[in-house]
Amino acid sequence: MKLSNSTVQKARTGIQGMDEITGGGLPRGRTTLVEGGPGSGKTVLALQSLVNGAMHFNEPGIFVAFEESSKRLISYAAKFGWDLPALQEQRLIFLDAQPSPDLIQSGAFSLDGMFAALSAKADEIKAKRIVFDSVDMVLTVLNDPVAERREIFRLHDWLLARGLTAVITCKRGQDGFIQPPLSFMQFMVDCCVSLRHEVIQGVSQRNLRVTKYRGSSFDENECPFVIGGIGMDVASTWMVDRSRPRVSERRISSGVKRLDAVLGGGYYADSSVLITGVPGTAKTTLSGAFIEAACSRGERCLFVSYDTDSAQVVRNLNSVRIMLQRFITKGLLRVISARSVSASAEIHLMNIKNRAREHGAQCVVVDPVSALAKTGNALTAHGVSERLLDWAKSERITLLCTSLLDRISNEKEVLSIPISTIADTWIHLSYLIHAGERNRSLSIVKSRGTWHSNQVRELLLSANGVTLADAYTAGGEVLMGTLRWEKERTEQAASVERLAAVREKRDRLQTEEHELANRLKAIQIEIEAKRDERASMTQVEARSKRIDRLDRIRLRQLRGADMPRTINHS
Amino acid sequence: MPTQFKFSLYIAGSSPHSKLAVANLTALCREHLEDCHQVEIVDVLREPKRALADGIIFTPVLVKQAPKPTTTIVGNLSNLEVVCATLGIAGFPDASHV
Repeated sequence: MKLSNSTVQKARTGIQGMDEITGGGLPRGRTTLVEGGPGSGKTVLALQSLVNGAMHFNEPGIFVAFEESSKRLISYAAKFGWDLPALQEQRLIFLDAQPSPDLIQSGAFSLDGMFAALSAKADEIKAKRIVFDSVDMVLTVLNDPVAERREIFRLHDWLLARGLTAVITCKRGQDGFIQPPLSFMQFMVDCCVSLRHEVIQGVSQRNLRVTKYRGSSFDENECPFVIGGIGMDVASTWMVDRSRPRVSERRISSGVKRLDAVLGGGYYADSSVLITGVPGTAKTTLSGAFIEAACSRGERCLFVSYDTDSAQVVRNLNSVRIMLQRFITKGLLRVISARSVSASAEIHLMNIKNRAREHGAQCVVVDPVSALAKTGNALTAHGVSERLLDWAKSERITLLCTSLLDRISNEKEVLSIPISTIADTWIHLSYLIHAGERNRSLSIVKSRGTWHSNQVRELLLSANGVTLADAYTAGGEVLMGTLRWEKERTEQAASVERLAAVREKRDRLQTEEHELANRLKAIQIEIEAKRDERASMTQVEARSKRIDRLDRIRLRQLRGADMPRTINHS
Repeated sequence: MPTQFKFSLYIAGSSPHSKLAVANLTALCREHLEDCHQVEIVDVLREPKRALADGIIFTPVLVKQAPKPTTTIVGNLSNLEVVCATLGIAGFPDASHV
């Protein structure tokens, strides 16, 4: 969702996130009050918007320094890389107006002198923007509530009459409010920005909130911000552009062949992958494998390692044949390490973004992202990690985060950073302790938009690299370690036995077949013999019949009996 | 030879405070510093560049250029006691700081 454009004209501050929150910048030609406690970043916000106006938006500006001398401000700005002396010629002017501490007062007075001087200067450089930092310094000198109020009104009128886009900074007291006669400024101005700087469990947390913006909608929530190397960076929860560039259909390797198979072809490019597990479950190893594969494809990678030295990470990965040093030498890979407690989660996020931008990284690993949720950052870490994922998506970076699970009992996949819901792929690693062994197991909890195996697999690390073992199940349990090995062996033995049995049976059958064939042959021979015998018997019979008759005739002849008539015919 | 006083009084046109300041300074000089003072009146509305260069924020403001050290008093100079004490004008020796 984008903030609706309103009738109010806006002057961009050029501060990352600030223009998103305000829907385009501060009200043009109107006054904005920036209030905050000491060190909350009021001056930085005011100065940065002024510098950006002069540098990028062709709007010359005047900085009225009531508090710090312009010299100090310029050296301060140089740290952010703003070259103020170069701008100072025509487009940016500092006016030193620090009331002398030994100022002696006798009777009433006003700010006419300043207005006269400012009018002359504003005309000279055609100023469009102006900053008063900080206005309480000069107003309290008046030492008269009525006079203070009067001068504020005159200041406001003067600004409106000149149509200057103004930022007035003002201190907030310990009680969280602007001290009374100045407090009514909040009602007078068109826009109010409140800055807060707190220390939570030893970690500095900065927040910004727009409390008022006449005639315009704005993000009313408190937004974390950081003051870093290039100035202020506000974490806008409004996506600059939610309509992301086309999502990728490209699959990239996880670096482990068999894991690619389990994932149905690897991770999606531009997706975010979360690997969770208790310490020692090879989260870093899987990250390393992913980076190695990416670098082998020639992609630029950034490996952010919290609380482990970068050289150590590279060395440790060598032991499982993940060789990263060559890519570091080539300049493809950058490994950086940081102490998680050294800064707030916001600062870490900004550093990751800046480093990735500098390096032109296509793949980023954050190991572990849960480091961001350490002491003092518990509340902000969620938002930070969400924005990390959003940022990676919008930059089309494939992001792999590992997350440490706090407890050893890994049954509950509870995360200190609940980004599991927004990550595209979630791989869970754990130890299965069974039969006196601790074995690493891997399962895919989810993988959006891809087919993936539902089986728990054993993760094997060796000097030859990383791979997944075949899945063996027995009695509803996936077998791992020696149990798997035993099962493998038993199965092998069984299969050998089965084979032998089959062979034996086959041989036996063959023999039997032969035997039967032979018997068949013998029987056939016998049949032949019988047939021959039968044939010969027939002949014998016929002959003997004839002989018999002849014999009978002979006998009759011998007896002298009548010759049978039939004889002549037979 | 009495000490020579040299003043610059910055005013903003003819605002009431400015008018009052001029009147107060004139009276003070006439009363205490006769023939030993020099006053320059700067109207910041006419000479804003001068105000800018001299770092003038408030008006009216009186700057004592001589004798050294330079002293600045803001306001319409209505509290004569404070002014004389601050400027070290005879008659108010004890109130060196107020």
